[in-house]
Amino acid sequence: MTHDEHYKVQIDDIFEGPMDLLVHLIKKHEVDIYDIPIALITEQYLGYLDWMKAMNIDVAGEFLVMASTLTQIKSRMLLPAHENENEDEDPRLEIIRPLEEYLRIKSAAEKLAQRDLLGEDTFVRNPGLEDYLLNREEAVIDVGLFELIDAFQKILENITSIGRLEINANTITVRDRIVQIVDIFETKGSVTFNELFSKNADKSEVVVTFLAILEMVRLSLIRVAQHTQTGIIRLFYL
Amino acid sequence: MEEIKNIIESLLLVAGEPLTIDHINDILTQAGKKEIRNALSELSKEYEARKGGFFLREVAGGYQIRTRPEYREWIKRLIQPKALRLSKAALETLAIIAYKQPIIRNDIEHVRGVNCGGILRMLLERRLIRVLGKKEIPGRPLIYATTKQFLEVFDLKDLKDLPTPEEIETLGEASSEHMG
Repeated sequence: MTHDEHYKVQIDDIFEGPMDLLVHLIKKHEVDIYDIPIALITEQYLGYLDWMKAMNIDVAGEFLVMASTLTQIKSRMLLPAHENENEDEDPRLEIIRPLEEYLRIKSAAEKLAQRDLLGEDTFVRNPGLEDYLLNREEAVIDVGLFELIDAFQKILENITSIGRLEINANTITVRDRIVQIVDIFETKGSVTFNELFSKNADKSEVVVTFLAILEMVRLSLIRVAQHTQTGIIRLFYL
Repeated sequence: MEEIKNIIESLLLVAGEPLTIDHINDILTQAGKKEIRNALSELSKEYEARKGGFFLREVAGGYQIRTRPEYREWIKRLIQPKALRLSKAALETLAIIAYKQPIIRNDIEHVRGVNCGGILRMLLERRLIRVLGKKEIPGRPLIYATTKQFLEVFDLKDLKDLPTPEEIETLGEASSEHMG
């Protein structure tokens, strides 16, 4: 077996972007968007980026732009206020305004999704079927990338107490793991996220499984959804 | 009156698209628009009183008979639509266009902070958005707007009917014109 070190999971376009990561962190730490603890959020943001890079997830350039914006704001916050003669504007506004707008759009998108959608909730007698039939190319993630990463980090914590990530050379490849997972789906139809990670798997195996899941979402092979009450993440074969 | 109502009902049953009052009027020249409107609201009341499998919806500037959402699971056993289901990213992109149209790609991407070329292509293919033209600025970028199909799919009368989350008022201003 060869280790596919060049296997990079692309998260462009289909998964979320830097704004989503910020929103995720703000929700996670339950902070007020008008009073963001910028040092904490910046540190956490960079932590996720490092982590994604370590996992061989291809981080889009936009993530890096946001990282530098955050770092800049953080350093401007450290300047004494009176040295900033022309304006006493809170440097965080640079990030608060786009965040506000993004949150508005997010809530609008949620409201749209809740309507009685044609072809999903309501139907017409003579449906132009091709309009909403059989279009598979669009990946569906009801669970966000960052929630998946959090769920995965929990699994990692459980299997080992060693802090550093190292990807072992003689383990199964992402491609092979996808084939295995497809086999599981062929018989079961759907599985929970945790089921795919066996208890006695070593770290590199677990990492490969995670990358395989991401890749399968990207290829529209599976859909990831989270039960609203139990919080259990389940994968569905499409 | 009773007959006009029945004629309209028969038209609604056969029409594929939402029927506008103007269109009904072209067919049913002996009735005035007011009469047509009354007949439509009469029909709608009858369907509500009957609480049957379908109802009359006002969508995309017209009227359409649609099945009630309660029965979605049964319909899906009949025709198995592989659904419209859009990813969060696609829905957000669509929402940006819906609320801020007409809008160029750069401004769309600015809101989500991420490239959206692939999503725009998919939304165009599904005819949920369309290209309105090119903006007269350097680079002549394409201008995007939503389509009538968007209104139909999202069960909206017109763009003014877009949901108004408390915080969203200021975004709605530019988006009140009717779509062709």
